[in-house]
Amino acid sequence: MFWSAILETKVRQDDLYINKIDWLTILIYLALVMIGWINIYAAVYDEQAAKSIFDFSINSGKQLVWIGTAILLITIIMVADYRLFDNLSLILFGFFLLILLLTPFIGKEINGQRAWFELGPFRLQPGEFAKFATALALAKFIEKPSFDLSLPKYQFQAILIILLPISLIMLQPDTGTAMVYTSFFIMLYREGMPQKYYILALVFIAISLLSLAVENNLYIVAAVTGITLLLILSGKKTWKRVLTFSLIGMAIIAYSYSLDLVVSKLPTHQQNRIMVLFNPDIDPLGVGWNVTQSKIAIGSGGFWGKGYLEGTQTKFDFVPEQHTDFIFCTLGEEFGWIGSLVVVFLFVALLIRLVFLAERQKTRFSRVYGYCVVSILLFHFFINISMTIGLFPVVGIPLPFFSYGGSSLWSFTILLFIFIKLDSHRIQLLGRMN
Amino acid sequence: MNENRHSVITVVIIIVGIVLLTKLFVIQVLDDSFMRRAERNAVQRIVDYPYRGLVYDRHGELLVYNNPVFDLMVIPKEFSIKDTAKFCKLFQIEKDQLIERYQKARKYSYVKPSPLIKQISNTEFAKIQDYLIDYPGLFIMTRSVRAYPDSVGASALGYIAEIQPRQLERDSADYYNQGDYIGHSGIESYYEKILRGKKGAKYKMVNVRGVDKGSFKNGQLDTASIPGENLQSTIDLELQKYGEKLMEGKKGSVVAIEPKTGEILSIISAPVYNPNLLAGAAYGKNYGKLLNDSTRPLFNRPIMAMYPPGSIFKIVQSLIGLQWGVITPNTTFACNKALVACHNHSSPVNLFGAIRNSCNPYYYQAYRLMINQDISSNTYTDTQIGLDKWHEAVEKFGLGNRLGIDLPSEKSGDVPSSLLYDRMYGKNRWKYSTIYSLSIGQGEMLVTPIQMANLAAIFANKGYFYTPHLIKSVDGDPKKIPEEYQIKHDVGVSAHHFDMVQDAMAEALYGTAMRAIISDITIAGKTGTAQNPHGEDHSVFVAFAPKENPQIAIAVYVENAGWGGRAAASTASLMIEKYLRGHIERPTLEDYVLVGDFGD
Repeated sequence: MFWSAILETKVRQDDLYINKIDWLTILIYLALVMIGWINIYAAVYDEQAAKSIFDFSINSGKQLVWIGTAILLITIIMVADYRLFDNLSLILFGFFLLILLLTPFIGKEINGQRAWFELGPFRLQPGEFAKFATALALAKFIEKPSFDLSLPKYQFQAILIILLPISLIMLQPDTGTAMVYTSFFIMLYREGMPQKYYILALVFIAISLLSLAVENNLYIVAAVTGITLLLILSGKKTWKRVLTFSLIGMAIIAYSYSLDLVVSKLPTHQQNRIMVLFNPDIDPLGVGWNVTQSKIAIGSGGFWGKGYLEGTQTKFDFVPEQHTDFIFCTLGEEFGWIGSLVVVFLFVALLIRLVFLAERQKTRFSRVYGYCVVSILLFHFFINISMTIGLFPVVGIPLPFFSYGGSSLWSFTILLFIFIKLDSHRIQLLGRMN
Repeated sequence: MNENRHSVITVVIIIVGIVLLTKLFVIQVLDDSFMRRAERNAVQRIVDYPYRGLVYDRHGELLVYNNPVFDLMVIPKEFSIKDTAKFCKLFQIEKDQLIERYQKARKYSYVKPSPLIKQISNTEFAKIQDYLIDYPGLFIMTRSVRAYPDSVGASALGYIAEIQPRQLERDSADYYNQGDYIGHSGIESYYEKILRGKKGAKYKMVNVRGVDKGSFKNGQLDTASIPGENLQSTIDLELQKYGEKLMEGKKGSVVAIEPKTGEILSIISAPVYNPNLLAGAAYGKNYGKLLNDSTRPLFNRPIMAMYPPGSIFKIVQSLIGLQWGVITPNTTFACNKALVACHNHSSPVNLFGAIRNSCNPYYYQAYRLMINQDISSNTYTDTQIGLDKWHEAVEKFGLGNRLGIDLPSEKSGDVPSSLLYDRMYGKNRWKYSTIYSLSIGQGEMLVTPIQMANLAAIFANKGYFYTPHLIKSVDGDPKKIPEEYQIKHDVGVSAHHFDMVQDAMAEALYGTAMRAIISDITIAGKTGTAQNPHGEDHSVFVAFAPKENPQIAIAVYVENAGWGGRAAASTASLMIEKYLRGHIERPTLEDYVLVGDFGD
């Protein structure tokens, strides 16, 4: 009686706030973190020296520390004043830009990159944390009602904000992390960036992929010529129209040839990373090793998987980086397609939920920030899983909430929970919507 | 205006999910090749080589046993050496060779072991054993090679060596792998399936560095190797050793058979080579040497060399003539040298005298009676009918076809039929005067030494033989030897016809092979001379003894040693004495043979 009375009063006191937090998002977040954690244990598990999942000497134990501290971060975010993020956005952005600027000089060199910062026993990756700062900054800039993305001036400003962290991260150089920032174009699309840019970009990507995949460019020449002729013949035969289509056709052919030329001028290892996508057997022991082994691990899982801790490919180190960037292999091998289905479903559900939350915001600031979260998570989710199954070249980016590592778990947690915090105050945040 | 764009984004999210799940479905569920590749990755099959069966002589003395050797294996992914020169010196390998073999191993598999240095001997292994720990990626695999304690019997025992690509292709049961040992000749090859046993396999899991990670599926799929069965050979080790000693420095064959069973007591192809030369690491080098040797030690003369049977064949002619009733023991012919050359002896002779004196004109005349029996009025047709009938009778003596001894590459010899002469001269273009050389075992006839030894056994048995063979029992069970060696072959000549022939053979020694006579053992024998167009004739002698109760039948060929009464008869006689008495009481004769100067 006593306890229930206390709980009741407490519930009544916090009633307003607790009910405004989107628990569904938090549940999905927790599910992903927990599934990730047990998979990290499976990835480092060694039957001959079996240790507990809580053992701090192995990565699953350490990840538990990261999860614990992430919950601490969540608490801080949730009890902080919601106006803080709005007010601090530009300062945070400036701070992280400064850190990024310094990283190439004082960062620790790992695999030829200086992307990590050492703070005592901790190793942090500023490029990860700069994501939420950039998202806040974008929200802050775009918040202004005058910020009309159909106008070139504002388009230019938005792109500039995105390019700042990208160019600094490229100095490290960490192409994978830098690429993540391009995902903000998804948010820009929602905020009114002209649709034609996206259509052009898609066409551009399609042609690029085609001309890389098709060995003989003559096929592309034939196809483009054919389509161009059809388009010309099917419409009015004005001089202007014929000229435009012809020029576009020729441009595409020229691009296709120049792309092959550019690829052939790239350093061999980058060239191989691209070519391995189309034919992993090019160099199965070298560049193709990761993709080949990763596909073998996932593919051997079958429909139901080999069973928890029963995987051989991930357990016996055939897949490199299996507890970080290639964590999805462990899941695919041990839980099969069913396990993959559950995780893909959780990510899709989370992203759709976030779109829904973003749309219900009363301020443009919160909405822009929400779409930034969607953009980054979607990009990571798609690219990370794609690279493990050979749909995308190997780029070293983690699977959100899943991969082992403090920087990645913390930065995604901060990114997501700032939005959950903003969402829970959507009534108070009286905004100037347009 | 941008509000509906959120549904575009939602659709993009769903499409991403569907694309990923589709691709995952393809590689996880539809394509099962990844499962096999995963097993190939992580599951290592370790062959458990069975213990190859041993070979004993007829008294249980060891002829062939197994000797452990060590293969140095390398796992390329783990292998690294800092000081190549030191490594090469320690492991006694050339740098180029090391690089070449490493590349080959790497090409085969980056993570699976391949042999780097094969067949390291026990003593060499002791030297390197302690240093192995300094070189990651190297380990030792134990295998066994064959060894021969008395270094005899090479041509009969054969040898084992790595399987050849051609044999691998023919291996339809898929039993062998590259690098496996297989019997290459002799009984090692003929009884390969009995001797080899059955390979076992252990499946263990390894990580990417080839480190053992325990058994696969708790060892459910593991099988133990089954050792090969031991063979007891029919060979008499002492007799074999003695025969090889006698044949030292000579070319030719010795085949001794126990007449009642067809068991081969000794089979020698001279020049003999030491079977240990073809066992172990020096195989390649030694094999090349033997192959290029001008005396052709690898040519298995007892079963592959073919000579005209010569005078010895007259006994077969006598027996067929008697059986057909064309001649009787009392049939007498004059030694008419106008028909065919002969040496000086009393004339005319009856059958006994013809055998004793090896009279050529007698057989010219007797054979004409056998061939031309006036069945057809046409001489040509009559000759053809007679020859074919004769051919059939001769084949029953195990001539003209492979006997079917348990050694590979046996030759059939040749007994001509009408087909051969039709081909040579045309139908109805040949008659007795064309083929009369056959009467004295010359002309278009060829026999192998093993067929000759078998003839001696037939004479001893009075009309039957068991196919000569080298195996007495398999794993102690005499019934497990191939069935064909348990079948009695009848030559179609009544036993009583042999009595007179045996007497004549015993008597013949006093005329043609005085040296072969042993005072207390009656030997029945017949000398022969195989004509050699390329040089000195070959000395031939067949015999069996003791005449009253034959224990041994023997054929001896000494190439380029002239008349059969000297080299071949002396050797055969010593072999008979050794076998029946166990020791030699005629050291002078022994020396005569050992010196090997068989001039007049």
